[in-house]
Amino acid sequence: MTEFLMAPFVGAFFAAAIYLILSRSVIRMLLGITILGNGVNLLIFIMGRVSPEVPPIVPAGALRPSELAANPLPQALILTAIVIGFALFTFLLVLGYRAYQELDADNTDNMRLAEPKNAPRPPMSY
Amino acid sequence: MRLKRAKTKRLLLSSDLDVGFSLVALAPFFAAALAPLLFRFTQGYTGWLLAIIPASIFIYLLSFVEAMADKQLISAGFDWIPAYGLRFSFFIDGLSLTFALLISGIGTFIILYSGAYLKGHPHQGRFLAFMMMFMGSMLGLVLADGLITLFVFWELTAITSFLLIGFDHVRQASRRAAIQALVITGGGGLFLLAGLLLLHQMTDLWELSSIFEYGPAIREQAIYPVLLGLILIGAFTKSAQFPFHFWLPNAMEAPTPVSAYLHSATMVKAGVYLLARFSPILGGTVEWSVVLTVVGSVTLLWGATTALRQSDLKQMLAQTTVASLGLLVVLIGIGTEKAILAAVLYLVGHAFYKGAFFMIAGGIDHATGTRDITALGGLWRTMPVTFVAAVVAAAGMAGLPLTVAFFAKEEMYAILTFKGTWGGLFLANLSLVIVMVLGNAMMMAVGLAILFKAFFGEIKPTPLKPHEGSFSLWAGALVLGVFSVWAGTQLGYFSQNILEPAASSIYNFEVESKLYYAFKMLTTTPFIISALTWVLGVFIYLNIDAIRTWLREFARDLGWSFDAGFDWLMFGLIGFSDRITRLWHHGRLELYLVVVFVAFAAALLIPMWGTFALPAMSDVKTMTFYEWAVFVIAMIGLVAVVVAKTRLMAIVSLGIQGFAVAMFFILFGAPDLGFTQFMVETLTVVILALVMTRLHLDQRDSRMPLDLLRDGGLALVSGVGVTLLMITILQTPLDLRLSELFAQTSVPLAHGSNIVNVILVDYRGLDTLGEIAVVMTTGVAILALIRIRGGGPQTGVGAKKPQRGKSRAKKKTAASRQAKTSRRASAAKASA
Repeated sequence: MTEFLMAPFVGAFFAAAIYLILSRSVIRMLLGITILGNGVNLLIFIMGRVSPEVPPIVPAGALRPSELAANPLPQALILTAIVIGFALFTFLLVLGYRAYQELDADNTDNMRLAEPKNAPRPPMSY
Repeated sequence: MRLKRAKTKRLLLSSDLDVGFSLVALAPFFAAALAPLLFRFTQGYTGWLLAIIPASIFIYLLSFVEAMADKQLISAGFDWIPAYGLRFSFFIDGLSLTFALLISGIGTFIILYSGAYLKGHPHQGRFLAFMMMFMGSMLGLVLADGLITLFVFWELTAITSFLLIGFDHVRQASRRAAIQALVITGGGGLFLLAGLLLLHQMTDLWELSSIFEYGPAIREQAIYPVLLGLILIGAFTKSAQFPFHFWLPNAMEAPTPVSAYLHSATMVKAGVYLLARFSPILGGTVEWSVVLTVVGSVTLLWGATTALRQSDLKQMLAQTTVASLGLLVVLIGIGTEKAILAAVLYLVGHAFYKGAFFMIAGGIDHATGTRDITALGGLWRTMPVTFVAAVVAAAGMAGLPLTVAFFAKEEMYAILTFKGTWGGLFLANLSLVIVMVLGNAMMMAVGLAILFKAFFGEIKPTPLKPHEGSFSLWAGALVLGVFSVWAGTQLGYFSQNILEPAASSIYNFEVESKLYYAFKMLTTTPFIISALTWVLGVFIYLNIDAIRTWLREFARDLGWSFDAGFDWLMFGLIGFSDRITRLWHHGRLELYLVVVFVAFAAALLIPMWGTFALPAMSDVKTMTFYEWAVFVIAMIGLVAVVVAKTRLMAIVSLGIQGFAVAMFFILFGAPDLGFTQFMVETLTVVILALVMTRLHLDQRDSRMPLDLLRDGGLALVSGVGVTLLMITILQTPLDLRLSELFAQTSVPLAHGSNIVNVILVDYRGLDTLGEIAVVMTTGVAILALIRIRGGGPQTGVGAKKPQRGKSRAKKKTAASRQAKTSRRASAAKASA
């Protein structure tokens, strides 16, 4: 099976994505999330086995696809995932953009609005 | 487990009662719901109207006296959760009746008293509602048969007590006292719940009245000490036993009617009631006797000495209440016939004189504006009725003849003669009697101090001009005094109808009391000890000022109190939660993500540890050169993204890896995926390029070398984890059933030849609808993000940034719309 050789490449997608997500720059994190989406899609695709290369389309007049047709199930899943992933990407992009405008920061270390560094201590009284 | 049922142990006859009996506990709750409304219409007369409820309950309960005198046990109830065999059930026996009569009887006068005490208070309706709720809870508690019913009412008393102590919630001291009481009694309640559930586990029964028969079998169980501990903690916290005693004096922050009712006559007795109630089940063992007598003795002495230290009327009374509760626990712990009789006598006597004393203290406070004993004097001239009530109450506190408390003392001192041998038991009893004498003498001194210091001597100037209060203010104290003397003189009736039934319930055998007045008593041991107590009490009273000063100095030198310890504990808890919160919610996103990915890598690698195996080389087929090419291109893209020095470079590289993925899809028979991927990647690159060139974002990696090493290592480990996972799964056979089904039925059933699209729009059509909804929601959210600015919606003409945002918003929604269209377009192929 060729899938065994593809596995390390998928691993590389994950590694690159995680490395980027762990950086504190908002834009790099966004790139990381896009790559992570691709990595996951590839993973699903390859786990559905990739050897047959004929698209899963039933020829005209026939009732069932050819024996060599690719596995249609992962494709259906991934098609959904690509679109949702894109929606997520656009949302995060705008979120990061607006955060940059409001907080004047694209480094997550400086984004401390929700959890400020010197948050008030709880009151020690009744 | 099934326990052995004891033979002929319980002598009480059992019979059933109408469910309407439950109204005794529930009626006050209904009244409570109406109280605020009632107050709106009747104002000052609300107390009089509401007092009808406890009064009628009292009269109704009197009808049970005869049955209880025959030592009957009557039960009533209705199904609650039949699936668990749970019933909301009540029963009444001598003990329940005694408590219920006290609660409803004293309650009647307390409600009257509240009306007068809080005259003109804007929240009187609320206060009376709380009081009625408490009364219902307390009645329910003492009448409860089901263990869960008991617990529910138990906790309700804690909650209503919290509401009442914190009634004056604008004062911090009041809030603190309320929280303290709730934490301690509520915390103890949790132990009680555990104990009750354990008891149910042991017996498989929910009803107390049926569990009584398993008492001996339960005491033989190995787990009995645990059960005992759980229930005792529940009782001790409620009844303010050492070391949980300190909440009770603080509870005096509540208005005086609350102190008189909850914190002297009823609620704090709930713990004593629990001990008495469980005495037939848990009592009689060495553990029971030792724990109860020791804890009770310490509480008695602690409360009595602390009472001597106080000069505030309510504080003095509160501390003596602590002492009295200790004494009751000691008596139940001793558990002999005499001791149980003494306990019931003392319980009744104490409820009479302490309730009266509190009402008197409130009356004095009301009339003079102060409660400090050193600032009062000569009140007998201006408050004659209150004075008479105080004399009777003080006589009760001192245990003088004619009051019911006198017999309590006689009976408790009688334990000394219980066994005449000079054994260990005698020594134990002797020391207990010494403790009781000391405690009683000190309490008597406090009672005398209140009576003499406040009512005799010179008239001292007070904030208000002393005057006799209204009828409602002194009626309760006077009536309780009358009852105290009535019970202490009508011995036959009282013994037969109240004392013996109650004592029999606790003792679990027929108890016979032999109370009488006679001259020959003067030579009996108990009487001599009583006389000794009086002498000692008078002696302490005469030196009370010196003792008070000395005790205060001692307490000051000690510098620590349980009360301060409670603060330390509570603030420690707050500080601890603060530290825990700050430890985990440190506000640094990359650390949150590190935690996430460490967990991710661990979840991948740990299960494969030791079980991972490489596939046989014969199974591995090499890829064609164009397949290699696609992956190499993707890798180049990935590396370029990671190391890119400029924004544009990173964006272009992102496009490279995306297109490589799209090519991969096309190569392996997924043209739809490929086209969608091409479209999405193109849009991503275009949008990113548009945004990134407008913003002055820092594209450089700002991480420290050590962080880079950590992140790189984590990324590498995760990547390896994913690779190994894939290799492991690829070695297992693939389940193709679902794919086969879709492939076989796509044309015949769904009439579409593009199987992928048939799956999306037909088999999983609803999922696709959901997905479209997600995309739409994202579009709306993006629009909202761009529209909403710090100061609300902007007109957006003047500012530069909003304009930019808006133009981008259009692109964004256009983009997502396009994405949708692309999917729909590919789906449309299905019908072809």
